[in-house]
Amino acid sequence: MEKTIAAISTANGVGGLGVIRISGENAIETADKIFRSVSDKRLCDMKGYTAGYGKIYDKDELIDEAVALVFRAPHSYTGEDVVEISCHGGLYVTKRVLRAILKNGASSANPGEFTKRAFINGKIGLTEAEAVMDIISARGAQSAKAALSCMEGKLRQRIDNVRDTLINTAAHLSAWADYPEDDIPEVDNENLSYSLNICKNELSSLLKSYDTGRLMREGVETVIAGRPNVGKSTIMNLLSGCERSIVTNVPGTTRDIIEETVMLGEIPLILSDTAGIRSTDDPVEKIGVERAKDRISKAGLVLAVFDSSRPLSDEDKELIELLSDAPSVAIINKTDLERQLDTKYIQNKIKHVVFISALSGTGTDELENQVSDIIGTSKLDASQGILATERQRSSAESALNSIDEAINAINLGITLDAVTVIIEEAINHLLELTGERVTESVVNQVFSHFCVGK
Amino acid sequence: MKFMAGEFEVAVIGAGHAGIEAGLAAARLGCKTAVFTINMDAVGNCPCNPSIGGTAKGHLVREIDALGGEMGKAADECFLQMRMLNRGKGPAVHSLRAQIDRRAYSTRMKHTLELQKNLELHQAEITELERSEDENWLLTTRLEAQYKAKAVILATGTYLGGKIYVGDISYESGPDGMFPSKFLPDSLEKLGMSIRRFKTGTPARVLKSSINFEGLEEQCGDEPVIPFSYDTDTPTGNKVKCYVSWTNENTKQIILDNIHRSPMYSGKIEGIGPRYCPSIEDKIVRFSDKKRHQLFIEPCGIDTEEMYLQGMSSSLPEDVQIKFYHSIKGLENCVVMRPAYAIEYFCADPLQMKSTLEFADFSGLYGAGQFNGSSGYEEAAAQGLVAGVNAALKIQGKEPMILDRASSYIGTLIDDLVTKGCNDPYRMMTSRSEYRLILRQDNADTRLTPIGRSIGLIDDTRWNKFNQKQKLIQDELERIRKTVIAPSDNLNEILRNNNTSEVNTGIRLIDLLKRPELDYNKLSPIDTERPQLETNIFEQVEVEIKYEGYIKRQLAIVEQVRKLEKKLLPKNINYSTIDGLRLEAREKLNKIRPENIGQASRISGVSPADISVLIIYLASLKNKTEVIADDN
Repeated sequence: MEKTIAAISTANGVGGLGVIRISGENAIETADKIFRSVSDKRLCDMKGYTAGYGKIYDKDELIDEAVALVFRAPHSYTGEDVVEISCHGGLYVTKRVLRAILKNGASSANPGEFTKRAFINGKIGLTEAEAVMDIISARGAQSAKAALSCMEGKLRQRIDNVRDTLINTAAHLSAWADYPEDDIPEVDNENLSYSLNICKNELSSLLKSYDTGRLMREGVETVIAGRPNVGKSTIMNLLSGCERSIVTNVPGTTRDIIEETVMLGEIPLILSDTAGIRSTDDPVEKIGVERAKDRISKAGLVLAVFDSSRPLSDEDKELIELLSDAPSVAIINKTDLERQLDTKYIQNKIKHVVFISALSGTGTDELENQVSDIIGTSKLDASQGILATERQRSSAESALNSIDEAINAINLGITLDAVTVIIEEAINHLLELTGERVTESVVNQVFSHFCVGK
Repeated sequence: MKFMAGEFEVAVIGAGHAGIEAGLAAARLGCKTAVFTINMDAVGNCPCNPSIGGTAKGHLVREIDALGGEMGKAADECFLQMRMLNRGKGPAVHSLRAQIDRRAYSTRMKHTLELQKNLELHQAEITELERSEDENWLLTTRLEAQYKAKAVILATGTYLGGKIYVGDISYESGPDGMFPSKFLPDSLEKLGMSIRRFKTGTPARVLKSSINFEGLEEQCGDEPVIPFSYDTDTPTGNKVKCYVSWTNENTKQIILDNIHRSPMYSGKIEGIGPRYCPSIEDKIVRFSDKKRHQLFIEPCGIDTEEMYLQGMSSSLPEDVQIKFYHSIKGLENCVVMRPAYAIEYFCADPLQMKSTLEFADFSGLYGAGQFNGSSGYEEAAAQGLVAGVNAALKIQGKEPMILDRASSYIGTLIDDLVTKGCNDPYRMMTSRSEYRLILRQDNADTRLTPIGRSIGLIDDTRWNKFNQKQKLIQDELERIRKTVIAPSDNLNEILRNNNTSEVNTGIRLIDLLKRPELDYNKLSPIDTERPQLETNIFEQVEVEIKYEGYIKRQLAIVEQVRKLEKKLLPKNINYSTIDGLRLEAREKLNKIRPENIGQASRISGVSPADISVLIIYLASLKNKTEVIADDN
């Protein structure tokens, strides 16, 4: 039996309710040491799926009032004995409860360890497990939606469809090869290519969704660029909802790159506020400027900020040139002041332009739309099932490569024995993706679909 | 009264296709061997189809031959018609099949056993098998003769507890009216072996002169004949034709009207029948939308008028059989000489065996053929050879011969049986091998003859011949690599005619042969320096270079898998105590006791997560032993 583990399973520090989960052989015994029920009933004496109301003590010190839910193996999330203690939320209380539990013999759970146990105990499959992992770390609503749809098997369904088409194709090829004297319909290359192309298109569309899906889950590396004092830090503060960068009127105040994850609508942006771009002799600032240029070239998104109240400068133009290939939005800031800027020049060079006033906060909705357009989330229907992890992506891509190769081999006139082997490779990659191994799937299909035998 | 009649090193129970190869292999490796058969006239009998080979089975015959077995040679001597199936579908699925003279084949095999040094052939029904006091095996015959043996190979076929069903009639019997082995099942159960019932069936044999061949499609053999054995230099020609006919709506109606009289459908037969070889009533019920089914009419021998009706096995009553056979074109007036029947028999669950085909729990006891749950003469012979070789090697204190999946169809067959088990009689198919571009029938000798040589089943003459052929292949590969063909009108005309791009600089012969549109034949006008070689050498060279890319990829996978096969699992692991293994995996692993991680990964019900757990467990085991070693 695995050691007993515990962790706070609600988001740190927020919400009115905190849940601490304990799982493992000694979960209930451990919980009994800190929980005293008002009815004097011990958790050990309670059946699965029942709750007790009482108080949490660390030795004799009262920590909080709480509800303890008992789940008995295997009828729990992890498949082990589980106690979930719901207490008042807030970092301080939940941490104290957890500390009391850890003092009484449980170990601190590693990230995702509950899910791992659920997987190992056969409570959930691999795709489901990965989806749960993603929910744990999901940063936005749409990302959670994608993760949920994956759990409910949308992704699974799409992959299974491709897999079934491939298995049927391979089964037909096998029956045709293994039963040459039976009355098996001839395999014709046109039909074969047709089926393979259907699989190819479906996998390609799944793979396209991956990049977008990953951005929604992991966030978009976003650089805020612009010459000094155009309001970069103010914009960053506007998006993050609190003051992080030092905002003054003295150019060059922001020297280091400051990172902050913010939600722009449903897209998490990993923002870095950079030092402004301008020639400088200050060595400290110079390093900052070089780093900023480097970041722009590597960023997933650049928010280029311009000051509406000042004419276009050489530095502005230099920035516009730097942006030529980068996914970028030009933000014309300070629209509350009188316009001096040649906005036409910018609009001619950059496709996505928004006008905002960081001080008053107007124009952020438009910014959200433009960013969503660039990242591709506006076109993404997450509920259709998307590839969520790198492992899934690489399996799908390997399968796609095999299918491509099979189509190619048919066109080259390679004999179908080799084509069959490549199709089987594709099937194996898809079986890897769903984490299952279907033994003899092709052989079984031969027998159920074709009338063969002497 | 019981009496001690003799002592042997290896005793083989059964002289069918498995028993023959087992006995010959053991005797040829120098073991004093006895082969017991219930009826001396049934040695090497073919109670079902009069043919050897077929898809994947042809591969098995070639492999048996490459290892030094007998089946291929005997088939080459007794064939009536030889065909290479699946030409045009690719070299991986090319398969040889021979129609054979079944009496001639049986006589040939019996004689071979009789002439074999170290081997005694006995007509005797073994009724008891038990451990002797000195940890050997004691066999008792129906006549109470007792034999002692160090190793016993069970190759009992459909004789073991055999029971024949025709409609509502059933009686205890072996195949073709032979006595069944009635007492041995009890003795095996007494040993603690778990046995179960399988069933199979065979169609009717009808009188040739009562068939109207007019309008039936003819099937002729290939010319020139390609033999099975690498030893056969000059095979004889084709001697007979086969014929094709079809069932019709009337046949279907007759069968459906009488389906309640089938022992399969009335529930009389408890044994599990083969999926690959359904009876005609099964085919009609399961594929009800099919209007007609194909059948082949095949001669059983050169000096008999019996014709075999492939595709028409049945367990319906004889009157129904006659009626539906008569509904088929060409068979309207056919005389049924032997009615079709189903036969139920005992067999062992092969999950109890190791890759050597030795029972994990019964040292020195081996199984082969239908006894192991397989079906087919070729599958049986392949296992017989492996069991016979391993019994002999064990007695001689040598390393066992274990063929892995990547080496051969034989290895695939045995791995499937001992790790996946089978729920119905197991038939070999090309689709069962994930390595079929490597495991071709054309290179069986390259793959296996060195193994046969190292075991001691390949004599010097054969070995020299093999090495000569390998050298010719290498030389030819070298030649086409080095030969550069200059651009010429002649060459470009060939290229144009075959829809492939023309050249204006010199091109290596190998690069021309790599093009799917071209082959040796088409290039012969410009390949003027080509040596005179046997066709099979050109064939093998052509396949190796045309499929080079695919072959290399399969070899890469083989490498990966062999790494897992090298992670050996200790014999005495108690899987119930390993944390993290799912319950189903624990049960399966405890039952099957795989020899290595590779094998474990192929067990259904063992997930990739379980395999990770096992690998971690093995690693921790290794750490522990290292710690212990350090302490010492």
